Amino acid sequence: MLKKSHYIFLVCVVLLVLAMLQLPGGTMSKFKLAISGLFLPLFGLSNSTHELVGEATGTAISKRELLLQNEQLRHDNQQLQIQLQQTAAIAAENARLRGEIGWARPTRWRVKLARVIVRDPSNWWRSMEIDLGSRDGLRSNLAVLTSDGLVGRVQSVGETRSQVVLLGDPNLRVSAKISNGETGIITASSSAPQDQGMIGLEFLSGASTAQPGQSVVTWGEGGVFPPGIPIGKIVDARPKEYGLSTEARVKLAANMGALEEVWVMLP
Amino acid sequence: MKWRSTIFILATAFLAVFVEASLGLFRNLLGAKIDLLPALMVYAALTHGLGTIVLLAMCGGLWFDSLSLNPLGASVLPLLLIGLLIFRSRDLLMREHVFAQVVLGLIAGAVQPLGTLFILLNKGATPLLGWFSLWQWLVLTAASGAVTPVCFGLFDRLRRTFEYQPVVQTSFRPDREIKRGRI
Repeated sequence: MLKKSHYIFLVCVVLLVLAMLQLPGGTMSKFKLAISGLFLPLFGLSNSTHELVGEATGTAISKRELLLQNEQLRHDNQQLQIQLQQTAAIAAENARLRGEIGWARPTRWRVKLARVIVRDPSNWWRSMEIDLGSRDGLRSNLAVLTSDGLVGRVQSVGETRSQVVLLGDPNLRVSAKISNGETGIITASSSAPQDQGMIGLEFLSGASTAQPGQSVVTWGEGGVFPPGIPIGKIVDARPKEYGLSTEARVKLAANMGALEEVWVMLP
Repeated sequence: MKWRSTIFILATAFLAVFVEASLGLFRNLLGAKIDLLPALMVYAALTHGLGTIVLLAMCGGLWFDSLSLNPLGASVLPLLLIGLLIFRSRDLLMREHVFAQVVLGLIAGAVQPLGTLFILLNKGATPLLGWFSLWQWLVLTAASGAVTPVCFGLFDRLRRTFEYQPVVQTSFRPDREIKRGRI
């Protein structure tokens, strides 16, 4: 059924695909961002639909409910202002004490809001695309978070979009610190890979005293993530490799199943 | 008229990849994301020529990989393999039977992720694998089997809408008319 010319054509196609598979990482990322740029009109359409639905929902809310929400927000705002004053006083005292003993001043986090465009369509990776790129000052290896905690890291950057690797993906490892001072590495959870909200904390010492409920934050080693970003809370811990090390499961603070807007931490 | 049908198939593949990436319904409900490209490939391989098969494998695979952390091209070869295998033996397949369409969809849905996984592992990648991957594989397979007859129905309807339909010939022939005279 297939002619000789067909076979030659197919061999050329296969060779082309094999050559694509061998592209270096940077070139491949650029190609991928260029190809996914074809979806830009659909991204725009999806965003517009989302906004329209939001507006339609907004008009359906009664005035009484809006007034109640407004009152609640005003109350929350006042509380937050008081907390902010307290925090500012503590920060000033902290800066003064650091200056007296010669420690470096902690840098303030500069963040930028990004909208999630699409999620990875395959089952074996956890990644997503956001609507910020090099034009907005992004570069690779920046931390991505929500108000609840760490979400992932910027993997590759296009002009207007970037790809973010999420926590739980095998390509993302984060040095983490438990509230009791122990340190480990955040990896994909080997016991519950299907659960987007669960990750593993490995390489804890064999004599670890990690307990359920203890909070986990970024350690700051490795130079990608600044220290102190909340990651989650320990669910359980079990010895591994005949007691030589301990592995804990961590429930993520951020709701990974419902990410719509995230914050990118700028350098 | 085949080129128009090929464009419909490619447009559907484009939309399918976008929907897979933007809708979290199946991911949140079943814990697995479904892939519609194998079902489309079954339809293309049974009804179209080699050009459409190669185009669908290349475009569909590259669009899918561009939104994923897969290396670019990882989904192309398995799709192409499925298309070529079905294309080679399509004269032996009862393509108009729904049962045959479902079975081919199931096989394509099962082969596609395995092929991609084979390429990923050979590339030295470490995808997220576990016992739950078996469940995801079953969901992908079942979804592909269920979607394949829908593809056939949809594209056949489109073809009937846009293509010229020949007038059905009646069995009446003037030269075979029996004219009864007086006996």
